[in-house]
Formats: sequence, structure tokens, C-alpha cells
Amino acid sequence: MKTNHTLEQLAKQSGEWLRGSGPESDIVISSRIRLARNLADFPFIRKCTDHDRAAVERVIREQVVDSAALHDVLYVDVNGLESVDRQFLVERQLISRELAESKGARSVAIDCHEKFSLMTNEEDHLRLQLMKSGLDLAGAWQQISDIDDLIESRVNYAYHEKLGYLTACPTNVGTGMRVSVMLHLPALVMTQQIDKVFRGLQKISLAVRGLYGEGSRATGDFYQISNQITLGRSEEDLMRQVGDVVPVLIEYERQARDFLVRESQRDLHDRVSRAYGILRTAQTISSEETMHLLSSVRMGVNLGLIDDLEIPTINQLFIHTQPAHLQKIRGLELDTEDRNIERALYLKRHLRDRPSRDSDGVN
Amino acid sequence: MKCQLCEKPAAFHITELTGEEIQELHLCEDHARQYLSQGEAGKSPTAPALVPIVSTPGSVGHTAEELSRLDQQACPICGITFFEFRNIGRLGCPHDYECFANELEPLIVSIHGETKHVGKTPKRATRRTKVETELIRLRRDMKDAVAGEDYEKASEIRDLIRRLQETKTAEADPKASDPATSDPTASDTTASDPPAT
Repeated sequence: MKTNHTLEQLAKQSGEWLRGSGPESDIVISSRIRLARNLADFPFIRKCTDHDRAAVERVIREQVVDSAALHDVLYVDVNGLESVDRQFLVERQLISRELAESKGARSVAIDCHEKFSLMTNEEDHLRLQLMKSGLDLAGAWQQISDIDDLIESRVNYAYHEKLGYLTACPTNVGTGMRVSVMLHLPALVMTQQIDKVFRGLQKISLAVRGLYGEGSRATGDFYQISNQITLGRSEEDLMRQVGDVVPVLIEYERQARDFLVRESQRDLHDRVSRAYGILRTAQTISSEETMHLLSSVRMGVNLGLIDDLEIPTINQLFIHTQPAHLQKIRGLELDTEDRNIERALYLKRHLRDRPSRDSDGVN
Repeated sequence: MKCQLCEKPAAFHITELTGEEIQELHLCEDHARQYLSQGEAGKSPTAPALVPIVSTPGSVGHTAEELSRLDQQACPICGITFFEFRNIGRLGCPHDYECFANELEPLIVSIHGETKHVGKTPKRATRRTKVETELIRLRRDMKDAVAGEDYEKASEIRDLIRRLQETKTAEADPKASDPATSDPTASDTTASDPPAT
């Protein structure tokens, strides 16, 4: 009951990474670092019995979370959650799809600002994640490394002198680190240059994924750039590898936006205004169409074509109009048809009827 | 990153979702085209992503018999076979990196292009690895003993686990003398106590 209550509270606020306040935040939504860790005295998840999984969850809860090693965290028993609540945490980027969909004892600890989350019994025993608004990989690394040290002072990590941190999948062995930067690149999509840009990235061993990570599509023109390699390079090198590419992508996106403004400002303004109009007046609207239109509106705000809306409000709408969020905010289970009606009402409330210049949350 | 099938750089990174399993493939343009057209033709929509590392001539060079023998090789600690790993792409326990070291090396090289960790290391010494690995094996043995209704053996193993955990806890924190309260894994063995014999 307590957990449900707290998830309801979460639904009404928004994570710090959505505030749109960090460096380059017109294009860079967030910087994220994830570390994969395993306990040395348990098999990896694949060979864990139900009993082992429960024991791993207990070790983390008692040794790390209850012992106050982590401050101000909400500890959620993911196994005991309804499917809509698990989906809600996925939409919020606090847990992975894999954790939401797997079985058995598993949990997540979330700090109250939603910057940090610690998943237990995902693909590895532990998955630590830290998210920052805008482009701030160094800041994210410093914080997550401190938390990693804290956890490591209480449990024994599986570690190999030559191979580093041992992980269930050899693709993560070594640092166990995945550095991701999420970018909003609507102009590169509109000018059809995005594929060319990403083919270049793949040549330098960087992966491109959609908003919700592995296997997800790039809805809303959001793209996550992350490292593929985890072994043989230091954490700083891996951050540099991803971090060096981001300014180039930002520059490409800015050039594409300049081109659109220069060559077809009327069409661009028309497109942005129509998108804004539909979002404010639709009676029923799908999640996909909402993401697509919000993407145009977001770029319109960045280019000064819309002047009565703030970036944090739009960032939040991307998340709050997702299916599980709408149901949590409404407090009701809704089928697709009802969700589309609810989504249109929600957008209308926050885009048309909202007090002007109010950027404090969209509830 | 190199292509899993040849020396060219991997230009395509494919995530294959098959039921609950996820496989990642890293292929050059030619091999990606070949792989994707195979899928379309319905010949091998779920081609095992990791097969190439042991079947590519030159990388390991095993014959069919050697390959089949390799597949049956099992980790003495967690019991996973190399075949199982090849199919699911996930290892069973930290010790697999030791017992499949030779087989894993070409795969690790093809993924990372390196074989040696550079970067952060745990601040605490990792000298107790043997004890940790032993604990994984003993828990599995105990489960097997209970399953085989050999409760006497299970009870012996349980005592051994407790002793090892006491040593582990004492080493980690000399002030903590009661393993039942200081190490939550201790209750793990209590919860699975075999019935009294």
C-alpha cells in the first residue's frame, strides 16, 4: 500500500533529468551512466534458483538500502507490483523493460529526485543508473562512482584481475559501464540526414537506440548514443568516446535547423503551429501521434516560433502522456480508446488552459 | 568492434528478440546482408548469435566432433554447459570466465577488441574469490541433495555453508561475530533447511 501511494506521488512530479536545465539542453535531453555489477557468492541470474534470487534481493535490501548506505530512497518490490505500475516505472526510465517483464524476486531503489536508481536481479544482480539533465557525463560519473564505492563497501562484487567486473553477458565485462546521451534531433530527421549520420557513428563502435533503449524505436525523434565496448578502456575513455561525438551531433542538428529556418521558414512555422494546434484541440489522440507532434512543438519552442511554452513542460508531456502514466494520474485502468480520450484531455488541460508561463510541473 | 564472422569492422548491430531471449549480433555489411536474407527466407530466423566464434575457421578451428565435445563441457560450479551459453548468450556464474577462458577469449576479442580490463577496481581486496565460488557450488549441491532426498548430505553441506559464511563475515568485519545477524545470506540457508533427519 505504501509503495502504491508513493508511486502515485511520483506520477505527479517529474524527474530532475526532465527539467531541461543542463548544458546544451535544447538538444541534449539527458546524460546517463549505467554500471553492471554482480555479487561474488551467487550464480548469475540465469543459474539463480528462486531461492538465490530472493537471497540476492535480501542482501541488497538489508546491506545496502536498509543500512542507510543510500539516503532518501524509495525501495520498490517490483515482483509485487501490478503490471501498470511496472510499466509506469519503465516509462519513467527508472527500470528497464527486462526488469519489468522478468519473473521472481526483483526490486528497484529510487532516490527522491529520480536521478539515481538501483535495480536488483535484472540481467545482472545489480544495475546502477544515474541520470542528469543536459550534457553532464563527468558529473554523472562522479556521483555514480561514489554510490558504487558505497555499495562495494558492503557487498563483494564479482571481479577478475584481468577481466575486471564480471557480468552475465560478456558484452558488458570490464567496466560494466554503459554511457548514454539522449538527444532530440528533429531537424536531422526532417531533412533526412539522420541515417547517414548514424551510419557514421556505427563505424566508430557507438550504438544508437530509441527513447526506451534496446529494441525501441526512435519515437519523438529521440536518439540515445552509447558505447558498445566496455573492456580495455577506462571509464574516462568511454565517456570521452561518447562525449566527443555529442558536440558534433549537436552541431549537425543546429545546422539542419538553420537550414530549415533559412530555406523553408514558412513551411516550418506552419508545421510547428499545426502540431501545436492539434495537441491543444484534439478529442482523441494516440501516444505515437502525440510524440510526433510534441517533437515539432519542442523544436518550435527552441527556435522561438512558439513563445508561450517552456521546454520543461514539453519534456514532461512526453513522459506523462505515456499509457501507464495517464492511468496512474487518472487513478483508473483505461483501455486504448479511453486512454486516447484521456490523453487529449490531458494535453488540452496543460497546453490550452494552463496558466501562462507556469513551468512548475504539469499536473 | 570487429564483425563476429570476419575481420572487417562491424557496421550493423542487430538485436534479435526471440521469445524472452535477447541476442546481440555485430556484423559487417556483407555478413549482415547474408544474415538478414537468411531470416527473410525463413531458413534461420533465430541463427545463434554466438555460433560463429567457435565455428569460424581460423578463429578456433574446431571440427564438428570437437565442437560437440566443447558444447558438453560444463562449469563445475554452476553446471552451465558451453552449449547453453552459446544459445542464450548469458553465463551462469563468475567462475565461467575461468573454466571457459579459452572459448570465451575469441568472443571477448571480437566484441571489445581487447582482453584486459583498464579502469576502476574494487577498493577491497578480492582475495576471497575462492570462498565465494565455493559458496555458489555448495548451495547448488545442497539443492541437489534436497531434490534427491539425501537430507543427511544436505544437512552436512548446510553446516559447511554456515562455517564458510562465518569465516567470510569475520574477515569482512572482525567486529561482527554473529553471522546470523550480520550476514543476510545466513538466513538463506536457514530458509532452505532440509527436514530433520
